[in-house]
Amino acid sequence: MNKTLIIVPAYNEAGNIERSVADIREHKKDCDILVINDCSTDNTSEVAGETKNCKVVDLPVNLGIGGAVQTGFKYASENGYEYCVQFDGDGQHNAAEIDKILDPVMKGEADVFIGSRFLKKEPNFRSTFARRKGIFIFKIVNLILTGQKITDNTSGFRAYNKRATEFLSHNYPEDFPEPESVVLLGRNGFRIKEVSVNMKERQNGSSSIYGLRIPYYMFKVLLSVIMTSLRKRKIYA
Amino acid sequence: MLSNINTDKIQYFAVAGSIILLFFIIELIRRKKIKEQYSLLWLFFGTGFIVLSIWRDGIEEIAVVMGIAYAPAAFLLILVMAIFLILIEFSIIISKLSDNVKVLVQEIGLIKEKMKKIEDKK
Repeated sequence: MNKTLIIVPAYNEAGNIERSVADIREHKKDCDILVINDCSTDNTSEVAGETKNCKVVDLPVNLGIGGAVQTGFKYASENGYEYCVQFDGDGQHNAAEIDKILDPVMKGEADVFIGSRFLKKEPNFRSTFARRKGIFIFKIVNLILTGQKITDNTSGFRAYNKRATEFLSHNYPEDFPEPESVVLLGRNGFRIKEVSVNMKERQNGSSSIYGLRIPYYMFKVLLSVIMTSLRKRKIYA
Repeated sequence: MLSNINTDKIQYFAVAGSIILLFFIIELIRRKKIKEQYSLLWLFFGTGFIVLSIWRDGIEEIAVVMGIAYAPAAFLLILVMAIFLILIEFSIIISKLSDNVKVLVQEIGLIKEKMKKIEDKK
């Protein structure tokens, strides 16, 4: 059995999922791929299943990205995987870079590695003004609350070791989980590091955060992050 | 003119209304429309309203204790507090339920995958 599980959360990604799975398989032979179909209304599940390259978990109700990714952590814990990689199914992440975040976790350099778009001085990822401001605020809040210098809190391209996977299978935030989970992990004593990666412009579909959702997103995430830092540490760490 | 109004009337309404409310809640519990553990606040405030509607001077005395000059304001305050507490209880219950639903949905997804694997092996 492979030691690594690649978790690919997918909601209505029929147009991207085949390429994403093929892309992962091409660059990473010694891993299992798990697509979490978050109750898509299109045929994401069928398209993923037909690739024969991955396992598919179909959720009967839409849980959002947090609940979907956590299902992957639960699967990994139950089936004894040593490492997990979170890889979005929308074609943004680059499968050729999986080793960049996975190898250092395997070497024990940290419990969690995040693929960051902003580690380099001149980011090669084009982003809107509002998004850059938001990312900057998360960076500052994270620094104040946990003392961690994380440049890309919103990145969903991450690698975890077994201990972190086990922890997250029990505790994972629901909507917009990325910034919150960084604080949660940091507060509970997990070592988090970043490595610079490139992300592609999304090929199909659009960002889930737009319009009035932006202030809601900022407020909800900041509230969750502050609450997380006020809670007692869990016993796992 | 106001002094001509028979204020006993409203007391009858108040007593009748609070008794009906309490019985309605008890009936809902009996028919299992409300679970016992979620009915405690309703029963507590339902009983409280009966007491206050029968004991007319009660609300005056409570107002004095609370330092409120206008007794009906004290009653409204108690009423608003009761509604707040019950609504907060609802938020807690809803949060717990949505958490439970999440876990169940995840488990169903994982079990379905496991079953498919077993069926494919056959």
